[in-house]
Amino acid sequence: MNKNSKSYNVAVIAFLLVLLIIGVFMSISIGSSKIALSEIIRAMQQGDTSSKVYRIISFVRIPRTLAAVLAGCALSVSGAILQSVLNNSLASPSIIGVNSGAGLFSVLIAAFFPASIYYTTIAAFIGAFVAVLLVYFIAKATGASRMAIVLSGVAVSSFIGAMTDTVLTLKPDAVMERTAFLIGGFSGVTMNRLSFAAVFIVIAFFIALILSYDMNILALGDESAKSLGLNVTKLRFIFLILVAMLAGSAISFAGLLGFVGLIIPHVSRILVGYDNRILIPVSALLGSIFTLLCDLLARVVFAPFEIPVGIIMSFLGGPFFIYLLIKGRRGQLYD
Amino acid sequence: MIKLKNITAGYNKVEVIKNINIEFEEGSITSIIGKNGCGKTTLLKTSANLLKPFKGEIRLGDKDIFSIPKRELAKKLSFLPQLRAVPNITVYNLVMHGRYPYLGFSRTPQKKDKELVQKAIEDMGLNQYINKNIYELSGGQRQKVYIAMLLAQDTDIIFLDEPTTYLDINQQLEILEIIKRLKEMAKTIIMVVHDLNNALSYSDKICLMDRGEIVICDTPQNVFESREIDRVFKVISSQVTLDDKTTKQYVFNLK
Repeated sequence: MNKNSKSYNVAVIAFLLVLLIIGVFMSISIGSSKIALSEIIRAMQQGDTSSKVYRIISFVRIPRTLAAVLAGCALSVSGAILQSVLNNSLASPSIIGVNSGAGLFSVLIAAFFPASIYYTTIAAFIGAFVAVLLVYFIAKATGASRMAIVLSGVAVSSFIGAMTDTVLTLKPDAVMERTAFLIGGFSGVTMNRLSFAAVFIVIAFFIALILSYDMNILALGDESAKSLGLNVTKLRFIFLILVAMLAGSAISFAGLLGFVGLIIPHVSRILVGYDNRILIPVSALLGSIFTLLCDLLARVVFAPFEIPVGIIMSFLGGPFFIYLLIKGRRGQLYD
Repeated sequence: MIKLKNITAGYNKVEVIKNINIEFEEGSITSIIGKNGCGKTTLLKTSANLLKPFKGEIRLGDKDIFSIPKRELAKKLSFLPQLRAVPNITVYNLVMHGRYPYLGFSRTPQKKDKELVQKAIEDMGLNQYINKNIYELSGGQRQKVYIAMLLAQDTDIIFLDEPTTYLDINQQLEILEIIKRLKEMAKTIIMVVHDLNNALSYSDKICLMDRGEIVICDTPQNVFESREIDRVFKVISSQVTLDDKTTKQYVFNLK
């Protein structure tokens, strides 16, 4: 099948959808205690809220699975948007400071307004947006070169990270599991915490899909895009809002999960190329699958002990990404 | 017809071009020449409405250019920047980008869009590369793909910023011949050119700029005879007739 042909793209999406469904079922059935699928179905049909299986499934496994799917999708898509809009393959919400901005604001809210857990998503979004704007304007003031964006992102990221560390040092009990928050993980996620973020993520994802062709035009460079009638400034601003919505919402319940936003868009590009109309959905699916898989491993490798998913992600993703870079250099994927 | 009145423009409050008054003629090739940093590209970008002037007026036909909505304007003017991102997409997809101003909300190309893209690709002789990635092409071929994109954009006025820079001599001449063909399609071409011989040989009009102002804007022959090129560039220019006894070329020596 010809790569980049319509049928190839459809096949990739179908394949990934099947993988995602398998992953979801595995994530619901496997954990520190393995529950057979038939047992799950029976328990859910009976709806006996006092049964142990029912409680594990509906209060632990399902929220957790949903969290992994949503966070993986949100971070990958936000990475894909950033890389395309900033025309920079190094950009990702973690590198450019979006994650740390969201992290700081979630920690601040948790430290000073512990009762207002529902505002965490909003706070994380604002934090992410402030960070992304900061990076954007610093980079613009320094000439908006590709290097300037990454460097200012690193600077903003470490500055905000220091602020987060300060808050966490002064108020160590602000976040329940400090290391889990800093590394990123899904243990203890509840439906309540998820629901609001989920709405944010779904809305942002669909807007990104609608604007994916305009994103292609933007990738031509400002002057060409402008002369084709695109409102470059407005569109770029909208994309930065989307990036903040996606990454901020994910951070609000998953902690500082970093790696997925950088590598998944790259892997997706190798699979389906640079057309954002196909790249965005593929990044979403692949991000969800990868995060589910990592979370599954996080739960089972040292069972009954659990390690934060961020650790697994970096263990798996790091070497894989280096492999891609070396391979990509041979194919001159990156300049 | 596009007409600039008292245009002053630049970047970050620094004036690069001052009080420019110029009218670009329909269906002709106008080349803007001048030393580095004299404001050629600034003039080009301002005329194409990519750079908002500090003051002055630009009229497109009987309309004020700033009052025309962006997408409508993109159906009238197209612009080829000098430095471009090289997107990692196929020739067909890039040329299809030229249809962007015409697409509806769903951004789905219609039959007419596809036909025009196909025709633009054929016009530029790119049929065999239609499904190739831009990355796999040479500099000259890439330039043709971009010109095909402008053709698909189907505008009467085309701005080109140094369309032949970085190309070898064969590709340069090929692109210049293509530009001549664009003129034969009744397009108005306004371009910045570095190579003075190319500019003088291929244009209907030459606009010589110096320090943000237009020194002279006239036919190549008149501009050559005015000796203003010699003064601005500090060279001695001469006109030579080639062995075929009809083609004239220009050579330049240091003073």
